[in-house]
Amino acid sequence: MPILEVHNIEKHFGKTRVLEDISFSLEQGQALAIIGSSGSGKTTLLRCLNFLERPDVGTISVNGDVIFDASDPSTQKEAEVRRKRLHFGLVFQSFNLFPQYTALRNVTLAKELLAQEQPDFKSRKKEILDQIEKEGQQLLEKMGLADRAGHYPSQLSGGQQQRVAIARALALHPDILCFDEPTSALDPELTGEVLRVIKGLAENHTTMVIVTHEMAFARDVADHVIFMDGGVIVEQGPPSQVIENPQEERTRHFLERYSNG
Amino acid sequence: MIEFFQSPVTQTVLSALNQGFIVTLELFFITLIGAIPLGLVIAFGSMNRWAPLARPVRWFLHRRQREPGRFSRWLIALRPVSLITRLLVWIVRGTPLILQIIAIYYVPGLVMDGGTPWPRGEAGRMTAVCVAFIINYAFYFSEIYRGGIQGVPSGQQEAGLVLGMTKRQIFFKVTLLQMVKRIVPPMSNEIITLVKDTSLARAIALQEVIWAAESFMKGNQGISGIWWPLMFTAVYYLAFSAIVTMLLGRLEKRLDYFQV
Repeated sequence: MPILEVHNIEKHFGKTRVLEDISFSLEQGQALAIIGSSGSGKTTLLRCLNFLERPDVGTISVNGDVIFDASDPSTQKEAEVRRKRLHFGLVFQSFNLFPQYTALRNVTLAKELLAQEQPDFKSRKKEILDQIEKEGQQLLEKMGLADRAGHYPSQLSGGQQQRVAIARALALHPDILCFDEPTSALDPELTGEVLRVIKGLAENHTTMVIVTHEMAFARDVADHVIFMDGGVIVEQGPPSQVIENPQEERTRHFLERYSNG
Repeated sequence: MIEFFQSPVTQTVLSALNQGFIVTLELFFITLIGAIPLGLVIAFGSMNRWAPLARPVRWFLHRRQREPGRFSRWLIALRPVSLITRLLVWIVRGTPLILQIIAIYYVPGLVMDGGTPWPRGEAGRMTAVCVAFIINYAFYFSEIYRGGIQGVPSGQQEAGLVLGMTKRQIFFKVTLLQMVKRIVPPMSNEIITLVKDTSLARAIALQEVIWAAESFMKGNQGISGIWWPLMFTAVYYLAFSAIVTMLLGRLEKRLDYFQV
């Protein structure tokens, strides 16, 4: 059974249709890359998965459970949406770290707030908080940032900030980790460190959806590639097909433009 | 110089000015205590997105299968709480504070059957002035808060949402401190203006420091025709605004550890 199933998603902003009939599925441990030019609807699709936008039509299922159905308001209640969001993690293009907290606190904050809702939080407060901090340290270590735990975002380079953001998303153990053009806001010499981290996650079979402009990276990392244009999926399949041997004219045109810079 | 300060006239003047300045300080602190939280309520009012007519109008149009016209689009976008709050912001910021003090002190007595709602004498004047100052400053603060809240990038809120935080948690744990950092410089300006604006309470004869100094010109303290006490009040204002500036500067520095 696929871990993520998106069926027939449609989204309008006013009269503009930004997503139309989007359907795909993703298996546990696989990485999906979404490619396409600016304005093709990639980011909106990712935002729909994270409940930052509500699709007008369609369903989203995780592990076989329908967590969103546009035609069923009972799946859209605010309190439940909050819980459902936790199936997904999202790494933003512009990091969106909390500037007033250290790298470590950025990673641990949300988990601490969630832990406060546990019935035994008061009696085991110290133990729980210590555990969360320890996990946060380990995640930063995994991102190669053990010595930056006490730094504030403004004291970190773009690449380091993005790695903190990845650790922050991983801290909540999402089923599916989403990346919205994670290297677009970085200087070219800093993209490598972030891409290496994501590649490492793929090797460890983290389920991921990655919106990216890095074609070589998509080809190397993804198990499945979706090419979008004008709000629709033009072509999808393994990277060997979509990127190396595209069947559709539009995909070929996009990739040609891309390789010509 | 020492003789000047030891003379009975100077002693009388300084003691009167000190007493007047205590009233000034009371007004200053009461205004801040009232206006700082009230401003936040007003800021949320002007940002309120409640649009009660959006749903029925859309439903009506849908039923009649009509496209929204100019009027129905206006109805859909109508946000009464925000509209009324912004109207009040316009009135309060668009009229002089001295006029508001006079209106709040005198008008209720003129229009109400039972006479003025304010207590008699100095206590009544103080209460009315505090009400006027709190309202006026709360509306000014509300616009600074609004700018501060809206200045926090929407990505911060979205980051909180995808991490499963509630809106309340996002406000208190993520947005608030960033907002505070953004508003400290403009708030400092307003608070230093407030130090001097307290003298407007003179308009209804509240016995603050300017009133006390003026009394030595007019003679209602047994001494008349001396003008230096009025000039001397500047020393009080300067000293007090120096302290306020220093404290606000410290707060700004304490928030220097992060950048927004």
